[in-house]
Order: sequence, then C-alpha cells, then structure tokens
Amino acid sequence: MDYSQFLAMKQEIGLLVVFLLVFLYDTFMPRRSQGGLSVFTIILFAVFTVWGFMPCMGSCADSAFAGMYVTSPVMMAIKGILNVGVLIVLIQANKWANSEIQIMRRGEFYELLLVTLFGMYLMISARHFLLFVIGLEAASLPLAAMVAFDKNHYESHEAAVKYILTAVFSSAIFMMGLSFVYGLTGSLYFSTIASVVALEETSAMLIVALAFVVAGVGFKLSLVPFHLWTADVYQGAPTSVTSYLSVISKGAAAFAFLVILTQVFGAVYSDIWEWMLYALVILTITVGNLFALRQTNMKRFLAFSSISQAGYIMLGVVACNAMGMASLMYYILVYVFSNLAAFGVIQAIENKTGKVGMADYNGLHKTNPWLSFTMMLAMFSLAGIPPFAGFFSKFFIFTGAIAQGSIAIYVLVLIALINTIVSLFYYLLVVKAMYINPEQPVVGAFRSACSERIGMWICVAGIIGLGIVSCFYDHLLELSGTFGLF
Amino acid sequence: MDPIIPILILAIPLCMFLVLGLFGNKMSHPIAGILGTAGMGVTMVLAYITAFTYFFSGAPQFIDGDVHLQNIVFNQDWLQFTDSLVIRLGFLLDPISALMLVVITTISFMVHLYSNGYMRDHHGVWETGFQRFYAFLSLFSFSMLGLVVATNIFQMYIFWELVGASSYLLIGFYYTKPSAVSASKKAFIVTRFADLGFLIGILILSFYTGTFNFTDLTSAPVAGMDGVYQVSGETAAGIRNIFQTSAAPIFMGGSVMTWALVLIFMGGMGKSAMLPLHIWLPDAMEGPTPVSALIHAATMVVAGVYLVARLFPLYLMEVTSLDIIVVVGALTALYAAIVACTQVDIKRVLAFSTISQIAFMMVSLGVARPEFHHGIGYMAGMFHLFTHAMFKALLFLCAGALIHAIGSNDYTDMHGLRKYMPVTHITFLIGCLAIAGIIPFAGFFSKDEILTACFGNSMVWYIWMSFVAGLTAFYMFRLYYLIFWWKEHKIHEGHHAPHDQPWTMTLPLVVLAAISCVAGFVPFGNLVTWNGHNMFDHVSFLTNLENLDWSVAVISLLVAVAAIALATVMYKKENPMPERMRRLMPNLWRWSRNRFYWDELYMFITHKIIFNLICRPIAWFDRHIIDGSMDGMAYLAQRASYAIRGLQSGNIQMYVWVYLIGALLLGAVTVICLI
Repeated sequence: MDYSQFLAMKQEIGLLVVFLLVFLYDTFMPRRSQGGLSVFTIILFAVFTVWGFMPCMGSCADSAFAGMYVTSPVMMAIKGILNVGVLIVLIQANKWANSEIQIMRRGEFYELLLVTLFGMYLMISARHFLLFVIGLEAASLPLAAMVAFDKNHYESHEAAVKYILTAVFSSAIFMMGLSFVYGLTGSLYFSTIASVVALEETSAMLIVALAFVVAGVGFKLSLVPFHLWTADVYQGAPTSVTSYLSVISKGAAAFAFLVILTQVFGAVYSDIWEWMLYALVILTITVGNLFALRQTNMKRFLAFSSISQAGYIMLGVVACNAMGMASLMYYILVYVFSNLAAFGVIQAIENKTGKVGMADYNGLHKTNPWLSFTMMLAMFSLAGIPPFAGFFSKFFIFTGAIAQGSIAIYVLVLIALINTIVSLFYYLLVVKAMYINPEQPVVGAFRSACSERIGMWICVAGIIGLGIVSCFYDHLLELSGTFGLF
Repeated sequence: MDPIIPILILAIPLCMFLVLGLFGNKMSHPIAGILGTAGMGVTMVLAYITAFTYFFSGAPQFIDGDVHLQNIVFNQDWLQFTDSLVIRLGFLLDPISALMLVVITTISFMVHLYSNGYMRDHHGVWETGFQRFYAFLSLFSFSMLGLVVATNIFQMYIFWELVGASSYLLIGFYYTKPSAVSASKKAFIVTRFADLGFLIGILILSFYTGTFNFTDLTSAPVAGMDGVYQVSGETAAGIRNIFQTSAAPIFMGGSVMTWALVLIFMGGMGKSAMLPLHIWLPDAMEGPTPVSALIHAATMVVAGVYLVARLFPLYLMEVTSLDIIVVVGALTALYAAIVACTQVDIKRVLAFSTISQIAFMMVSLGVARPEFHHGIGYMAGMFHLFTHAMFKALLFLCAGALIHAIGSNDYTDMHGLRKYMPVTHITFLIGCLAIAGIIPFAGFFSKDEILTACFGNSMVWYIWMSFVAGLTAFYMFRLYYLIFWWKEHKIHEGHHAPHDQPWTMTLPLVVLAAISCVAGFVPFGNLVTWNGHNMFDHVSFLTNLENLDWSVAVISLLVAVAAIALATVMYKKENPMPERMRRLMPNLWRWSRNRFYWDELYMFITHKIIFNLICRPIAWFDRHIIDGSMDGMAYLAQRASYAIRGLQSGNIQMYVWVYLIGALLLGAVTVICLI
C-alpha cells in the first residue's frame, strides 16, 4: 500500500493534528496550568481555519484509496465554511466550558467536538458507502455524549437517550437501504452504483432503498417526518451543543446529502427522488413553521425554526444544478452566522440568568441593547429581510431552484415563499418581545463575557457583511461549476 | 491617480457617520463636534488635492492638450444581474465632479465648523442630539460626494436616494416639533415622487442603450466627442447607432429618448425644487439653519442641475427636452423671485431666492448650444452653481447667526441690527451684493455669463431673465434693509442686546464672504466646459473681465443698480411706501404672500381627488382582500399548528414509529405513484 495517499487528505490530517494537540495538552499539562486549554484550542482551531482558506489548499483536486476518498475545491470550501462555524461555536462555548461545573471536563467537550467534525469531513469526502457510514457514525455517536454533557441536568440525559435511540434506529434503516443498494448493484462505490443505476430499469427495490437512504440522512437534517427528536434534544442539550447540532451537523449533512443524491442516484433524479424531496421539503418547511408558531422556549423555538430552515436548504438539492449547489453552500454559510448569532445571545443570557423563555426577553432592549440588536439582526436574517445576508441566501436558493425550470418546482417555490411569510411572524415575535412589549424587563442589565461578545461580533459582521459584499456567492458558483456533478 | 485618496474622500465621512452614530452618545459634545469637523476638514483637503491634481497636474490621463478628459479612478462591480447589466460603484473624475468635490467639501466643512457654535444656546448648553446632528451631517456629506462621483447612473440613483434620506433626517432634526416633522415628510414624499420619474427614466434609458455608464452614454451622441471621453470609437459608434435606431419609436408625441430624458429631468426637478415640485423647499427651512445652508442652498438642491449637466450631451441630442428645461426654469425663476419679495420669514426669503437661482442654472443649461460661444450656457450654469453655493451658504449662515442672536425668524423682530452685529452685517451685505450681481463680486460674473447665453438663444429669455435678475437684487436688498436698517428696535437696548456670535460662527462667514468677493475671477471657461475644451487661449487673473460681453454686462449692472436703488428708497428708513405699493397691487401682493396658493392647490388635489378617488378603493382592497387573506393564513396556520401539536409528545416510542412509518410511506407512495 502506498502510504503517501494519506497526504491527499490534507484537511483531515490537519484536523487530526489539532485534535491530538488538544488531547495531549489536556492530558499532560498539569491541572494547574490548564486555564489555557480553551484559549489554546480556540487559537489552534483559528489557525487551522485560516490555513484551510490558504490559496495552496484551494486548487487541489485529489483522490485516494482507490477512489474511496476524494477532495476538490468545492469540498475545501464547504469544510472551510464548517470550520468558521465551529470556530464561532468554540468561542461562544468558552464561558460555559469554563464554568465551575464543566471546567474539569471541558477537554472532553473539545475532543468530542473535533471528532464529530472529523466524521463530517469524511461524510463530505467519501465516495464509498463504507467510508461514508464510518463518517456518519463518527459524526453521530459522540454527539450523544455531548448532548448529555450537563451532568446535573436531568433534561440533558433524557435528550441524550432520545438522541441515541433515534440515531441508532435511523442508522439501522440507512444500512438496510444500503444493503438493498448493494444487492441491486453489487458495489458500494458511488461511481459503480451510479453507472449500474443509470442502466437498470427503475425497480421497486431501488425506490425503497432510496427512501431508506433519504430517511437515514433525513434524520441528521431533521427533515419531517424524521425530525421528532429535534425539539427535545435541542432543548435538553447544553446550548453550545445545540448550536453545534443545529448549524454544523446540519450543514455537513446537507452537503453530503446533495453529493449522494447527485453522485449516486443522479440518473433517477426525475424518476424518483425529485418527487420524494418535493414532499419532504413541503412537509419540512410547513410543519417546522407550524410548530415554531407556538413555542415559548427559545431553544425549542429555534429547533423548529432550524427544521424549517433545513427545508429551505433542501431546495438547493432539489434544484440539482450548479446554481443549487452554490446557493446551498451560501445558505449554509449565512445560516452559520445567523443561527449562531441567535444562539450566542441565548447562551449569554442563559449563562448569566439561566432564563431561556421567550417571555424573559420582554423589554430586553432597555437593559441590554446590544444583545437585543444582535438578536434582531439574527431574526431578520433568518426571516430573510433585506439587506441582511439571509435575504440573499433565500433569494439565491429560490433562483437556483427556479432555474431547474419545471412547473412543479414553481409550485414548490411558491409554497416555500408563502411559508417565509409565516416564518416572518414568529421571528418577529421575538423582536416584538424585545422591543415593543411594554412589560418590565425580566433580565437585568449585564455585561456579557469577552468571548461571547467576540463570537457575536463575528456573527453580526457576517450577517451584515454577507448582505453587502456580493463576491462570495459568485465564487461559490464558480467552484460549483467545476464540480462536474450535473 | 492613486485610488487611495478618492476612496478616503468617500470613506472618511462614512466612518464619521458610523462612529458618531454608534458611539456619539458616549462622547462628550465638544469631542463629537471636533471629531466631525476634523473629519470633514481632512476630506476637504483631500478633495482639494484631487481637484488640483485633476485640473493642473497636466497628467496625460486628465488632460490632453487643451481638453479635460474623463477619468475613472476606480470602478468596482457590485451587483451583476446579467453579463452586460452590471451595477458598479466607482469614482469618476471630470471637470464637473472635481468642481462639485470642491464645493461640497468646502461648504460642508464651513457648516461643520459653524454648527459647533450654532447648536448651543447663549449659556453654552448643547442642543439635545448634538452628536446625532453631526452623524447626519457626515452621512449627508458622504451621500452627496458619492452622488457627484458616480460612474454610472444607477450609482447616482442610489446616492440620490441616500441624499434624500439624510435630508429627511436633518429637516426633521427637531422631531419634537410637529412642523419640522411634517416638513421632513413633505420633502421626502415630494422628492420621492419625483424620483419615481427618475427611476423610470433610468430604466427606459438603460433598456434602450444597454448601459448604465456615463462615459458610454455621454460619449456617443454627438459626433466629435469620441476623443474627449476615453471610450473606444467602436463603442461610441455602436451606441450612437442604438440611439438612432432603437430610440426612434414615437410614444405619445415624443421619441422614447425624449421621454426618458424628460423623466430623468423630473427627478432633477424634485431635488432642485423646480415648479411645480418646489413646495417642499420653503418648508424644509424647519431644519437647523446650518443644514439649510449646506443642503437646501449649496449642495443637494443643485443635484438636479448636476444631473442635467452630467447627461448634457444626451439632452443636446433631443433639443425638445432642453426647451422643456428652459421653460420650466424660466417660470420657476420668475415665480420664486416674485414670492421672495413679500415673505416675512428671512429663511423663507432665502429659500425662494435659492429656488430662483437654481432656476437660473437650469435655464442656463437649457439655452446652451455648442454653436454659440462654445456652449457658454453650460459653463455659465456650472459657474453659477459654484458662486451661488458660496454666497448663498454665506447668506444662510448669516441668517443663522441672526436667528441665533434674536431667537426669531422674522425680520419684524430684527430691524436696525447693523450696530449690534457688525461682522454679520458686513458679510451679509457682501452676500447681497454678490447675489445681486454687482461687479466685482462673484455673482456678477456668473450671472452675466448666463444672460449672455440667454441672449445667444433667444431675445425672450434674455429679457425675461434680466427682469428676474433685477427682482433678485430688489428682494435681497429689501431683506437686507429690513434686517439691518428700517428702524431701531427698543428691545435691542440694554443688557440683552444682540451681539456677534463666537468665532466658530463668524469665521465661516468671513471665509465665505472672502470667497464671494474673489470667486468671480476664477477662469471657469478653461476648467469646466461641456466638451472639456478650453475656451480661452491664455489665462490671467483678469480673464473673465477681458472676455465679458460688455453690452450685456452694462445692462445687467444697470438693472441691478436700479433695483437696489428702489429697495433703498423703499426700505432704508421706516416709511409708508411699502404700504402704498401693497395697495397699488393688492392682488399680486396677496398671491405672492401666499406663494400663489400652490400648497392649497396641492392640498386640494391630494385630499379631495387622490385620497377620495384613488386611495380609498386601494385602501379597501388592502384592508379586506390583502389583509384578509393574510389574516386567513394566520388563522389557518394557528389552527393547523394547534391540531398537530400532539405529534410532539415527548414519547420516544412514538417518535420511532413515526420515523419508521414515514420512511415506509415515502417508499410505498413513490412506488405506487411511479410504477
């Protein structure tokens, strides 16, 4: 075996190095000097993130292990986007990780987080289902431990149990779908399966196999009806973990989903999965919205909001063209900033007061104008109000979908548009609570921790900056054009 | 030219706006004032450097022999709709943009400095919102600078709207005063309405020509311009072709291009307060006086003139549109001058005077033809824009000093102030002499050029505009005498006698007065002409004097002197003559005092006709159909949300069941439907 193949996996190796350094630091540094662990991790990861964007990284398309693993500029870009998100999560989690209860175990938090990110990298880069499943499991199982991280909270445990049971179940379904696929085609290589699928008649077995695969990945994306775990887990998990789950995990899964559907089953797009996705997208956006309307807990509210956002992201997959891919990546990028801004505010308030109810946000702008401002920007961006980034990401994803051109997709986009109006209602509820409701402020004035503020500043800069500067989408579109999927 | 200076010219005011807007409340008042003023000062110096480099460095990209070239310093793609339709943000240097850079930054700096004194009362207590005021001033300066350096018509439109928004904010600065609020709304709505025409005009123009760029648009239409603007001959020929073929279709009696240009001019009419869209400007005087000096005298209101000048080669192609501009301008000039003769509020007099003077510039552009004196009208319009900005800002700032000292806007509360406020008195007099067109003050030269241009076009406009020039001299000196002479007020005696203002306020007066004295000698014919060609072979300090058309100049001087003499007789000392005049022409007086009832006319049209016949049905449709469908959707969403709440039971067994059934159903339904 040619070991130099490993060198193709530049980013994975980089991440592994980061992980090992954090692990060694955590293990061998004397306990007393461990105050630096968080800072060390954040700086190391920041360096790693920047390194990922270096021009020397961008141009290489490579594959290894007989084509099981591939990398290309697009994948570099999506991994870079995830890195940015993880960096923000790490910064925002700093205060929580260094709180009195967590301080002894924060090393584990960082290590688990990096391991799941590694799994996501594999999901993105895999071109063989075996490697993909390894990535999927590596990205799923450690998350259960992270969800259960709040030792003293019973909800945290309950959430972890729910998460792991559903995850295992969905894995089983996914594997079953894979075994059908293997039975049909005799291979687990994406390219081989694709060529067989392109030749064969569409059979019921293939459809069922595809349905199971969609269900398996749909679990990670929390598409309706595979979403029921989401709200309970988001609510019970520590907020840092929730933000990680809702943004990074979802973003990686969305991209992997796009790759599987187009790379492996691209031939049966208009025969099968286009229609499956139509149904799932409509269900996801609508049901997510309908549930979000009634929530009073901010974390639960954002859980349902993130479900409906996942529906919008799926529009980029349904489009099945380069524009769809670019707009999907752009959507994830914007979503990283918008959602993490919201979670940043929630976390800051939760860390200070322990309050997460929507009613606790009444009159917040009187006591904490900056937090409310950040929250307002996040809500505007999530709802898609111009000139903030969220407007453009929605605009591009709709444009990409419409470029596909069938009548059905016009109907789909129309339904999605109507749903944005509904979503506007509940996003603005939060803004209304903060700015308009006349009740006395519940949360007193306080100064949030330095790390929390840095995290929020980055998010605000992203929300406003991405709305004004236009070159990112063009760049992604260029990259997607070179991807050669369509 | 290194793009760093142009970028800084735009970036500094923007940064000042952000800093003062976001952190202003945490700063002490003097620091905010000094910061804003210093920022503007730096911008002014940079603008001077830019303009100087452009006009005098002799660099090949700026000047070719005796021709000033257009130069795009930078041009960044901003929004790309299609391959050809791109919105860019850039920086265009040519004679008029360089001129405007100087005008805007100079006046803006003076106003920034002046406001340090104006925005506090006699006891040194700062106005509430002082920092906000400076933030808005910076925002305005940024928008105005962006407007004049726009490389394409869409960028201009963006900044055009930003200018309108910042004007709205500044007029409504005293937002606790209902009159200020309604004035700001009026200004915004009227100019917005005009901008609708502007936008439609832009869309028509760019639809037919396929470009937003000024260089493309203005290079082509007239033969012989290709060399002046740096576009290839091919592009120019292509666009000329487009104009000749696609713009030819006739729509309601005019070619498409005429319509586009007239609609674009409508935007200019709104901003520059031309009849009948002038109604917002007098009310805009509710804003703080420095704002009136900056926005409603020197910079924003000339945006319409600038727009016409910018697209002048296009207008030249469709002479009909130029004729329309002349008619609108001439009517406005006469109307505003008549109204200015009877107003009591000194700022209103100045406002109507501004309207009238801007109309002068419009007329000047409208009568300009290349055949006559190398298109002298264009040069004269820009020259008058420059001189008017200086002396009108001066007059407004003087008015501000008076209002600050007296605490009232009406001349009836002033009278006989010359002894108490000598500096203000002298500078105001200089401003009046300049606007009246007395040699050697600035206004004499520019107004004389305008009259020459009118003379070259048609005798009617020449006589008409000379008459308006006489009226100008009359109402300005009427104002001057009523403020500083007429009679001695008792209330001015004793402890609270009015006095000159602190140096921050008097220094700008002195500087602007000095500029008003000498600005007329600037050899504009060699700096700003419609096609960039120099008008004079050699230049000296007396160039403008040597090139005067003395027959026109002497007549206009005589008219001005006669008008001033009449004003002196009528208003220098308290006497019954004004009263007699009023009785002589009671109707004219009443109409003039009430501004010819334009506001009432607007009220009638909007309230009685538009509100009843158009708005009510639309409102009904909005309330019942649109809101109704929204309410229906909200109701449905609430009901549906209530109905499905049981799904989320928290019960893990059920979750898994739903999952499984979902996956199976997904497969089964697809199988049934597709096979």
